[in-house]
Amino acid sequence: MTSIDTEGVRVTALAAGRVSRLPGWFVILWRNRKCRIGLVMLAAFVAVAVLAPVVAPYGPRVDEFAASTGPSGAHWLGTTARGEDVFSQLVYGARTSLVVGLVAGLLTTVIAVAVGLTAGYLQGVVDEVLSFFINLGLVIPVLPLMIVLAGYAPVKGLGLIIIVITVTGWAFGARIKRAQIITLRTRDYITAAKFAGDSTARIIAFEIVPNMISLIVVGFMGSALGAIGAEAGLAFLGLGDPQTTSWGTMLNQASLGGALTTGQWAWLVAPGLVLALLITSFTLINFGIDALSNPHLRED
Amino acid sequence: MLYFVRRAGFFVATLWAAVTLNFLIPRIQPGDPAQALLARLQGNTQAVNPVQLEAVRKMLGTQDGNLLAQYWDYLGAICTGQFGVSYSYYPYTVTEMIGTALPWTLILVGVTQLVSFAVGTLLGAWAAYRRNSRVDSVITLGSTFVGTLPFFWIALLLIFVFAITLNWFPEGGGYGGGSSPGWSWLFFSDAFQHSVLPAVALLITGPIGWIIGMRNNMVQTLGEDYARLARARGLPRRRIALTYGARIAILPNVTGFAIALGGLLGGTVLVETIFNYPGLGRLLLEAVSNKDYPLMQALFLFTTIGVLIANFLADVTYGFLDPRVRRAEAV
Repeated sequence: MTSIDTEGVRVTALAAGRVSRLPGWFVILWRNRKCRIGLVMLAAFVAVAVLAPVVAPYGPRVDEFAASTGPSGAHWLGTTARGEDVFSQLVYGARTSLVVGLVAGLLTTVIAVAVGLTAGYLQGVVDEVLSFFINLGLVIPVLPLMIVLAGYAPVKGLGLIIIVITVTGWAFGARIKRAQIITLRTRDYITAAKFAGDSTARIIAFEIVPNMISLIVVGFMGSALGAIGAEAGLAFLGLGDPQTTSWGTMLNQASLGGALTTGQWAWLVAPGLVLALLITSFTLINFGIDALSNPHLRED
Repeated sequence: MLYFVRRAGFFVATLWAAVTLNFLIPRIQPGDPAQALLARLQGNTQAVNPVQLEAVRKMLGTQDGNLLAQYWDYLGAICTGQFGVSYSYYPYTVTEMIGTALPWTLILVGVTQLVSFAVGTLLGAWAAYRRNSRVDSVITLGSTFVGTLPFFWIALLLIFVFAITLNWFPEGGGYGGGSSPGWSWLFFSDAFQHSVLPAVALLITGPIGWIIGMRNNMVQTLGEDYARLARARGLPRRRIALTYGARIAILPNVTGFAIALGGLLGGTVLVETIFNYPGLGRLLLEAVSNKDYPLMQALFLFTTIGVLIANFLADVTYGFLDPRVRRAEAV
């Protein structure tokens, strides 16, 4: 298991922050070369998503062009079987992936932290019950559960996808947070806070959570990454919202719309490639977060 | 002993939870999926067997009575194996449909999972044995890179390159037009040809988890005191790596093997759909797109139970392999 020196992180982060005006954690992340590349890549994705109407030459749903053409000057990545511009869809698809990653990642993290903290701090019967649910969440096959939940739902939409991903994805993070808090709860400063008469809620919010920040950030990154992949997979299977443009629906339409047989490689290759690049940026940033937690990996 | 009792208890509890979850999911949905399905079933031109209709009612819950009575009926139906009739494949029952699809998935997943495990564990052990060498960085960075590729996209590219452009393998399906399922050589060679691309798609990303897990475990075990003692005694490096490092480092991967099954089942839904492979995953997706609720529900229940059994077996095996686990629970 990952054991993270959470207190050490805060100390070094404060020290690093003193020399420059930027926050300490950012300085450590930026000093790591892999992480710097990842951050720049992610920033580029965010910029493209925010500025989508400016970057994309056409609207993602404008279908007035010749259908199923290869890459050309007017359509850099060709057009879809319905006559939409592939490049414009690719640009707007970044919005969907980032929104799903952010929202589902946040929701999953909140549930994981709440369940993990309660189970680990209270222990006893509460812990037994919550741990059972965590373990249950870990063994039930996730994608079949997602598909069944999405299959019963009467309306298809991005909100549904986010809910399904959150419901099925919180268990792993909760287990790690529970393990971490069990090692934290017997530390001296917690005992001191107890003797000082602090309430349990106050101890959790002000003594424990600040010491788990890096673990929570790592958990958020993992959840966001899982959510982006899950959304792409569900959309590819045709379970997503047909009105939303996402890289998953693009691949779904590419494979249904005959991109395989007409030889429109750009339509097929581009959505998967940008998805891989986005996942790569997260992986690279994770190298930096590891460095934040483990001083031996730090590049000064 | 306590360890095994606790594991068995957990298995029974999760089994009950999965069965209950399966009961609740169709009932908490807005609208009435079961009623809609029954209306469509009764609108069928062929007469529907009333026994089968009753089973569908019990599984999805449209009969009168409170939730508790429904739950009791549902448990009874499950215990007697009454999963109802498939809507989209009428007049086949749900169990018959699952029975036909099961061998395809079992063979595809079984073979690829075992190969992934063997290849991944070996590569991971090799990387740990040659730690910080070029071999290590090629293996670690290579698997990190391949791990970022969306794997249904790899599957699509495989079809594009090997089935359509080069025409080496069939595009999809389980067997060709010339053969039919049976104990004939033609069928087996045909089925093998059809399974090559789906298997490759699963094998490209399959070993990554094992590589990283095995490498990290083994780097740790090689740093333990007993490994240091073995070095001090002057034992050959290779022997230390195999009997002191790898043998112990492989233990967590045994539990991982069963947990990965759940994830792999998710992967097969994607791969089977892309390759039109006649297994459980494609059946599940078909059931979802046809709103064939009885089939959908039974498939979810069967796969979950399968994964739970695999997990239980892994826990038991782990208890036999590693005495420390048994002792830790007994204290």
